[in-house]
Amino acid sequence: MEWLTLTIDGREVSVPKGTTVLDACRMNNIPIPTLCHAPELTSAGACRLCVVQIEGMRNLPPSCVTQVAQGMKVETQNPKVRNARKTILELLVANHPLDCMTCQKMGDCSLAEYAYDYGVTGTVYQGEKRCLPIDDGNPFILRDPNKCILCGKCIKACTEIQGKSILDFSFRGFDTQVGPAFNLPYNESDCDFCGSCVSVCPVGALTEKQMAGKGRPWEVSKVQTTCPFCGVGCNFDLNVKDGKVIGVTSNPEVPVNGKALCVKGRFGMDMIYSDNRITTPLIRKNGELVPAEWDEALDLVATKLGEIKKTYGPNSIAALSSAHCTNEENYLMQKFMRAVIGTNNVDHCART
Amino acid sequence: MTNSINEIPNVKAMFVIGSNPTEAHPVIGTKMKQALAKGAKLIVADPRCIDLAEHADVWLRLRPGTDIALINGIMNIILANEWENKEFIAERTEGFEKVREAVQQYTPEVVSKITGVPVEQLQEAAKIYATAERASIFYTLGITEHTCGTDNVMSLANLAMLTGNIGKESSGVNPMRGQNNVQGACDMGALPNVYPGYQQVASPEVRAKFEAAWGVPLDPNPGFMIPDMFGAAVSKDLRALYVMGEDPVITDADANHVRKGLEALDFLVVQEIFLSETAKLADVVLPGASFAEKTGTFTNTERRVQMVNQAIKPIGNAKTDGEIICELATRMGYPFNYESSAEVMQEISKLAPQFGGITHERLGTQGLQWPVPHAEHPGTKFLHEGKFNRGKGLFMAIENQLPAEMPDEEYPFLLNTGRKLSHYNVFTQHSPSLGDHSPEELAEVNPSDAKKLGIEDGEVVQVASRRGELKTKVKVTERVPEGMVFMTLHYFDSPTNVLTNGAYDKVTKTYEYKVCGVKISKIN
Repeated sequence: MEWLTLTIDGREVSVPKGTTVLDACRMNNIPIPTLCHAPELTSAGACRLCVVQIEGMRNLPPSCVTQVAQGMKVETQNPKVRNARKTILELLVANHPLDCMTCQKMGDCSLAEYAYDYGVTGTVYQGEKRCLPIDDGNPFILRDPNKCILCGKCIKACTEIQGKSILDFSFRGFDTQVGPAFNLPYNESDCDFCGSCVSVCPVGALTEKQMAGKGRPWEVSKVQTTCPFCGVGCNFDLNVKDGKVIGVTSNPEVPVNGKALCVKGRFGMDMIYSDNRITTPLIRKNGELVPAEWDEALDLVATKLGEIKKTYGPNSIAALSSAHCTNEENYLMQKFMRAVIGTNNVDHCART
Repeated sequence: MTNSINEIPNVKAMFVIGSNPTEAHPVIGTKMKQALAKGAKLIVADPRCIDLAEHADVWLRLRPGTDIALINGIMNIILANEWENKEFIAERTEGFEKVREAVQQYTPEVVSKITGVPVEQLQEAAKIYATAERASIFYTLGITEHTCGTDNVMSLANLAMLTGNIGKESSGVNPMRGQNNVQGACDMGALPNVYPGYQQVASPEVRAKFEAAWGVPLDPNPGFMIPDMFGAAVSKDLRALYVMGEDPVITDADANHVRKGLEALDFLVVQEIFLSETAKLADVVLPGASFAEKTGTFTNTERRVQMVNQAIKPIGNAKTDGEIICELATRMGYPFNYESSAEVMQEISKLAPQFGGITHERLGTQGLQWPVPHAEHPGTKFLHEGKFNRGKGLFMAIENQLPAEMPDEEYPFLLNTGRKLSHYNVFTQHSPSLGDHSPEELAEVNPSDAKKLGIEDGEVVQVASRRGELKTKVKVTERVPEGMVFMTLHYFDSPTNVLTNGAYDKVTKTYEYKVCGVKISKIN
């Protein structure tokens, strides 16, 4: 592999040939703001927030689409660069609602983070503001086009991660919007509701409907775990607040799926709190299942199984283990049947 | 899967047969679409016009239950064109001549007649698969849920070995497992004939190893498989059943027979998180905990063992399934004293060689793909590199076989079953949002059949088989061919498995969920 040496903010660093200036900076913990860039998507160079100054270049090039050259001298924080970025942010904020205190994205919004960092006031440019209807006609995704900064990441996620190409830009100039064809609401389009668009949105334009009002990012702890649905084995973060799962967010570092999930994995976890959950042991008495204490239920099962084993032999007892339970639990179940009951009558729906 | 999921985007030719990945394995479906975007070729063999069929270079709309004829036909064409991998066949396999002989009679014309697939499409598919640099087969239950499921799988193995498309990165035979931990439940020996790590119950050496580890004598005879259990219950050979985390009344074929078996038991214990249809029949119901409430591991379809991490306490008075089993074992005089699920995994790693190097600590955030024989082993990305488990790959000559029950005059429609994107088996029905999004069964019926029956899109009809009947809403669509009706297994109100046939594969005893005869009647 060929390595190139460049200087960033006076610091000499080496990176493999083919690396972008943005990646060179991030590999060396030099922060660069970005709105339209995501590592798993192709770079658009659209938002221009990642501009840097490179010696010998006339303009400020966007670092996400500029490849490193040998001996390059890059400045990432000089006043010219910071002013250019601030102007871009002022322009974005000029047509962005400043209702941050009620926005679900507060605390996790890239625009807010950079606006704060760059001292954006929101008063520099005054003009028309969008007033578009919010799309909430589905159970999963809230789409507020007024908050959209037209970075295009959701469009790329829909095409490059999900392979659906449901989303694209429509209209032109000030009227530009992102959405399904003919500006249909999500639920009338061919959307799969995989939510990849939500996972890359840098602002509050696309948010998880179920999480609205349930918790702020700083109140939430994230627990990486494995999806309980199909056999793909996607991982994601359960978002937990006050001992309650409030939703799911994707975690780009997980091995199988990265940010990709399907509608079930991303939005189906409300089944944890279904009214149909059994929350206490039940014993059939006079034909009815009635609540019981654990000791009574476990003693009854142990006694009955013991009696049946004694009367009819261990092979008169069988168990169905579970493709939904953990490896450890399946191990325990087959050990229970083989070593405690004394039979190989253990199977599960291995074939479905 | 012999390959890994993230090898899919680099596959050059994909042969997807009896599988609907964009709905049943959605993220694998997206990886396939990423491969297509990079220029991969796609062959889809499915009677239904699934989403991937619309992206396919060749869509083989075969008649249900004719997979063996199709695969034999493709092999016939490969041999006729000398596209086979002679070096691979010579070095890595045995029994090839028998297959060469067997497929001779499966000429393109004969196969076209059996399968309904035009000759040109057969030839195009054979060329794409056999001449690609890295070709992979992907199959699911459309292959296995037949009375000839094992033979279907062996036919696909023949095809892969014939072309040397196995044992390489992005090239292999990839069954996609249906449920989150069906791979792991098998690996753990939740099967009547094997201990953890697929070690045979019938082997005296293996049995001695487990007797020493567990300190008790063990039964040398394999136990009942699921289909045997319900019959044994009716004949009183089986008296008690302990069901953990399954709902056989809804998910097993010929549900009315299953119910009859469960009702005949002296004692039924169901350990579940929801009050399932099976739980409603129980003598005792024990509340288990959901995945969010426990720590342990699941093993996915690419053999990756991954952590399940507890995020919240069990709901209400529920306990984890592991804890319940331990308490029962202890009460029955064999104490199960485990401090944690990590300690259970330590015991597993001592007994199952594939798990030898697995600990919860090592799994971390990335997991490990078995086999992981020792503590320094990095896991196994793809299988069969250089050598098969048995040494040489064994070709098996396979003949076409008909499903156990085909449509006839009385039950003129062929019922095909499967999953859909918005649901997973029966328990996503308990998610209010998914339930709201996709609330009911929509049986797919071809427009010309709908016209003949005088039924309209959205109409509720009665569907009946020899075994049961139900009501369902209809979706009139050309996704299904004439003469076929497609239903899912997701809905309690339209429990499709009261219709399906309890006939099963002779080796694995997998039910033939994919084909049976039904009739559709208008409700007046």
